[in-house]
Amino acid sequence: MNAQAALSPYSSSAGKTERRETHVLSVLVDNEPGVLARVVGLFSGRGYNIESLTVAEVAHLQGLSRITVVTSGAPETIEQISHQLERIVPIHTVTDLSLADAFVQRELAMIKVRGKGESRTEALRLAEAFRARVIDATTESFIFELTGAPKKIDDFVELMRPIGLVEVSRTGIAAITRGPLEM
Amino acid sequence: MSKIMTGAEMVVQALTDQGVTHLFGYPGGAVLPIYDALFHQTKVKHVLVRHEQGAAHAAEGYARSTGKVGAVLVTSGPGATNAITGLTDALMDSIPLVCITGQVPTHLIGSDAFQECDTVGLTRHCTKHNYLVRSIEDLPRILHEAFYIARSGRPGPVVIDVPKDVQFASGTYAPPKNIQHKTYQPQVKGDLAKIKQAVAMMAKAKKPILYTGGGVINAGPAASALLRELVQQTNFPITSTLMGLGAYPGSGPNWLGMLGMHGSYEANNAMHDCDLMICVGARFDDRITGRLDAFSPGSKKIHIDIDPSSINKTVAVDLAIIGDCGHVLEDIVRLWRTEAHQPDKKAMAAWWAQINKWRARNSFGYKKSDTTIKPQLAVERLYALTKDRDTYITTEVGQHQMWAAQHYKFEEPNRWMTSGGLGTMGYGLPAAIGTQLAHPDSLVIDIAGEASILMNIQELSTAKQFLAPVKIFILNNEYMGMVRQWQELLHGGRYSSSYSEALPDFVKLAEAYGMKGIRCSDPAQLDAAIQEMIDHPGAVIFDCLVDKAENCLPMIPSGKAHNDMILPDTGEDIGSVIDDKGKMLV
Repeated sequence: MNAQAALSPYSSSAGKTERRETHVLSVLVDNEPGVLARVVGLFSGRGYNIESLTVAEVAHLQGLSRITVVTSGAPETIEQISHQLERIVPIHTVTDLSLADAFVQRELAMIKVRGKGESRTEALRLAEAFRARVIDATTESFIFELTGAPKKIDDFVELMRPIGLVEVSRTGIAAITRGPLEM
Repeated sequence: MSKIMTGAEMVVQALTDQGVTHLFGYPGGAVLPIYDALFHQTKVKHVLVRHEQGAAHAAEGYARSTGKVGAVLVTSGPGATNAITGLTDALMDSIPLVCITGQVPTHLIGSDAFQECDTVGLTRHCTKHNYLVRSIEDLPRILHEAFYIARSGRPGPVVIDVPKDVQFASGTYAPPKNIQHKTYQPQVKGDLAKIKQAVAMMAKAKKPILYTGGGVINAGPAASALLRELVQQTNFPITSTLMGLGAYPGSGPNWLGMLGMHGSYEANNAMHDCDLMICVGARFDDRITGRLDAFSPGSKKIHIDIDPSSINKTVAVDLAIIGDCGHVLEDIVRLWRTEAHQPDKKAMAAWWAQINKWRARNSFGYKKSDTTIKPQLAVERLYALTKDRDTYITTEVGQHQMWAAQHYKFEEPNRWMTSGGLGTMGYGLPAAIGTQLAHPDSLVIDIAGEASILMNIQELSTAKQFLAPVKIFILNNEYMGMVRQWQELLHGGRYSSSYSEALPDFVKLAEAYGMKGIRCSDPAQLDAAIQEMIDHPGAVIFDCLVDKAENCLPMIPSGKAHNDMILPDTGEDIGSVIDDKGKMLV
């Protein structure tokens, strides 16, 4: 959103709280062509943020996929995002996990690090502390696989940077509620 | 009964089974099989428009005036892209449409084939839902599902993109039966506990107002009847959005006139000062609210809407009831009666006394003239001479539209077809044709501007071909009047490109199409000329030459609050009213 729009008395931000929150939305959809475009198009068309987005089929026989979106905004905006998502016809349910009692979230990252000598040992030592696995190695590089909450991955990446970080590939988060019940 | 047929035959059979009487369309390569199937039957009448935008607007007029789903058939590529303005218009105003688009055969999709475009991609944002039919097995289900989605819940347009090979393929067709969608299940009944709470709030209110919208019209004539009953029982004042006109009669005692940017002084002030606002099927649009942080600051707000995303979208409300306006109004009226509520008589008397003071301001008033026709007078006289007839009004977009909304009093729902949300110039003529074909014996008038009418003027051919005796009543001020007014407001009266240069002679234009042309510039001749238009059995273009400089007032200038209106008799210089922040708004 640009600054001018934010000032507008017609803007839907008028009268809303300044507080910005990050929420994890879990969206169960029919696995049909175009459904991801509908979801992503809604976010871009209405000016909402996507911080991360993960999608995969979760029930083959029923043809269901789960889209996990991390978004941020005022609480009112996030409520509006949920309702707008619910209008999309092939969407079954939208669950705002951040409003649920408790949920767990995990992300997988692959981190390529380059280095020789002392820095290799250092990288391996840190990887062990973070429980990262080595999934590829050459005489001058490693690829680490790391699973965890996004913060843990951020921390690990920052530690690798001075050692010889080459690049990172991350999946975005998958999330699910704690306890015995469905989301 | 299930039956083997081609995809093209299925399309026509499904239209028939869904009760479609008129299909507005334009043929082309990718829909030829469907046109061939139409050729072999008589149940669905195809109305050949002259531009696909006209097809969508005509279907909107048909849908809005009948409460049924409007049907559109266009070809691939340019056929589909031309229809997009009409689809967007229908989405913004919640008009049920099913638009069938032809598509290149499935094996050519994605190859930039001749007249190929990504129709489902392009229409994803301007439809309630859309489909690309990849296999003949899916076609019957999709056809019936599309009609269900278009008309149920919050209505809207649905596109079905049918590749040409699917139109030729054979499969089993089954007629529609109780369609239950696995994910799409709109909630129509309101939560009774919340409705009880609403009734209790209404019983306690001292300065209540009903603010109703197009949702009441969409909920059907029964919803309008319930609304009238509620007003009668509570004696609450009532105002409505542009889209909601006619749900409560314009001549009714509790009617305050339309609200919003060009709404009445009494409606806007009552909205601002009320202690309880009951919003029924409206969406707190920016034309309605004006400045949001000064919108009705002291009121409790109840919002009844079938679409949960309308709740708290721009205005936070105290009580939200999700449901169909008709169902919720029925519960409210029943509870009000059975719980034997009475409005607070003393408070209501004081409230009405205040409202009547605002009313006395006569905010729709204007300076009379003996020499030029004032546009407001033209609408007033049109109303006076047509009100006792079976009349439907459509409009284009601009000043004439607002004058029509202010000065034409609608007594019934579904009589007023206008482009509200999208504000589409060129809507009125095709919408009038669609309305006229649905109501062949009624008087259908497109109140137009000389600029808007030219945007879909090609539809005169459609009117001629299908013997639609529509009356096109042009308030001709030789300007894109609303643009000119805003240039006066915001840009020092520099009328950049808003003069209607090189206009056709509308009388001769009518004659060129074998229609009647009437021109009038003399207020003394106006009644006789309007009567001549009404009495003519065929289509008429009425070129009403009106005051070129008239502004549409009252007006809430952009960035201002409800109680900060420009009134017709306050000052001449409207160019200094809007501050820099307001100038950035639309």
